[in-house]
Amino acid sequence: MCLEYILFLLNFKFSGVIIFTLPLKLMTWETHTYGVIIWRRFRKKEREMACRQLWASRAASYLRISVFHRSFSKVVKDLKYADSHEWVKVDGNSATVGITDHAQDHLGDVVYVELPEVGTAVTQGGSFGAVESVKATSDINSPVSGKVVEVNEELSNSPALVNSSPCKDGWIIKVELSDKGELKNLMDSEQYSKFCEDEDSKH
Amino acid sequence: MRGGLWQLGQSITRRLAHGDKKAVARRCFASEAELKKTVFHDFHVANGGKMVPFAGWSMPIQYKDSIMDSTINCRQNGSLFDVSHMCGLSLKGKDAVPFLEKLVIADVAGLAPGTGSLTVFTNEKGGAIDDSVITKVKDDHIYLVVNAGCRDKDLAHIEEHMKAFKAKGGHVSWHIHDERSLLALQGPLAAPVLQHLTKEDLSKLYFGEFRVLDINGSVCFLTRTGYTGEDGFEISVPSEHGVDLAKAILEKSEGKVRLTGLGARDSLRLEAGLCLYGNDMEQHITPIEAGLTWAIGKRRRAEGGFLGADVILKQLEEGPKIRRVGFFSSGPPPRSHSEIQDEGGKNIGEITSGGFSPCLQKNIAMGYVKSGLHKAGTKVKIVIRGKTNEGVVTKMPFVPTKYYKPS
Repeated sequence: MCLEYILFLLNFKFSGVIIFTLPLKLMTWETHTYGVIIWRRFRKKEREMACRQLWASRAASYLRISVFHRSFSKVVKDLKYADSHEWVKVDGNSATVGITDHAQDHLGDVVYVELPEVGTAVTQGGSFGAVESVKATSDINSPVSGKVVEVNEELSNSPALVNSSPCKDGWIIKVELSDKGELKNLMDSEQYSKFCEDEDSKH
Repeated sequence: MRGGLWQLGQSITRRLAHGDKKAVARRCFASEAELKKTVFHDFHVANGGKMVPFAGWSMPIQYKDSIMDSTINCRQNGSLFDVSHMCGLSLKGKDAVPFLEKLVIADVAGLAPGTGSLTVFTNEKGGAIDDSVITKVKDDHIYLVVNAGCRDKDLAHIEEHMKAFKAKGGHVSWHIHDERSLLALQGPLAAPVLQHLTKEDLSKLYFGEFRVLDINGSVCFLTRTGYTGEDGFEISVPSEHGVDLAKAILEKSEGKVRLTGLGARDSLRLEAGLCLYGNDMEQHITPIEAGLTWAIGKRRRAEGGFLGADVILKQLEEGPKIRRVGFFSSGPPPRSHSEIQDEGGKNIGEITSGGFSPCLQKNIAMGYVKSGLHKAGTKVKIVIRGKTNEGVVTKMPFVPTKYYKPS
């Protein structure tokens, strides 16, 4: 901690923002306390900056500036994830379902989304539709059980929404949940990020 | 329930895979270390190639561009493909032509030196063992390229017949060009870009023609052919100069010609109505059924003398029972094994390849239907995941081909 603090002091000097320029030998307990406070504030600022950089990289990957070497920064926090790469957003008794950014990135250009009819029953892990890309066909599995109450009709005309906005405008169905307890079978964002990394390293 | 959205690299490999089922299964279980690598492997990876197992090779399915963009760029500007996984072969000797004529349907003797054609290796039943582009370099030298997935099978087949042929006193030998690598340069910029790298006048080299010439300082075999429907070349380059040539081509095009993977290659050949062996043509399909009647030389129709000639010539006379045709369709894109029904819902055939055409922005497919239902404009139904979708028989190619032919 002490060494880090000293390095921080030096660093601070080098960065040109001269708030705290006491030579180390003039250090008293008070100046040290002050220093630590400033240091902590600085660290906090650093964390915020790192956070902003993360956002910038998210924006970059969103705009497909760099498709190669993606990190899994686009795993949205408040969603739950299935190991077959669907997300679900729960709001009361209603759940919105779509495929993840990671999935759309691997699929490539989506050219057709096969939607179920409103009223269809879906079960956790069961297939309810399909996504067709130029590359391949893939089933979409429901991360939750219940009844389909709405389907995203926009996808009939613009299937590419699944690529451009997988977790928002590219949602696929809304489900009235029949068993909220099932949600515990799903992953949170952190677990899902790790899951994707593991899976990609296998390929 | 995994596997839905996943294993895409695997599924595409399976969809594109050539050749026999056993080999496919073996390939799927082959670990990455067992995969063969072309001399361009590191170059692909450095350029963002997503490598997948394909016919026992590690090949790029796509690079940084999407398959959609890559396909369109090939037709607008140009594409460079590494096709070194395919097997180049030379047959030499004074009897090379009569020997090859026993195995393929082409009129090899009738080819002028320096020209070539698409042909089919047939079996005793008239079915296709493989399709191949053959070139008569000279009367005693044939150069041909066979599919990667069929390499072992083809070589065994040729070798077996060569032994018998030699035993009867025929003069023929072969050389497998493993010392060379193969690049395909396709698209409207192919000729202008390649012209920067050679002194020979490429405007005098027409579709299907072949020449041995100096490109970028090394001796290459150049064939004006391809698998995209565009004008272009396949360049057989000594492997040690391969990467330099690829770099030179990309550089001379000022970034317009882009590295293109197997994914776009599949879209391009489908748009051009070209068969993929293993999907659209198999052991039990004759060249007549596959719509390659034009590839049977006139003399060969009269004389026969190739494997399965009796079956094929009879079909030629009576007409085949099934035919390969193209389709446009609505709904999800048809894929291989989708059922084709007539308007009354009766089974009339099966899709062998299909997908969304990046250039036409609609579904295209090819498949086999019963003769009589093969005419353009015939309405059909295509069953995908239990649902029927409207389809119509359509002439191929879907996208007009732009081969460089003398006007």
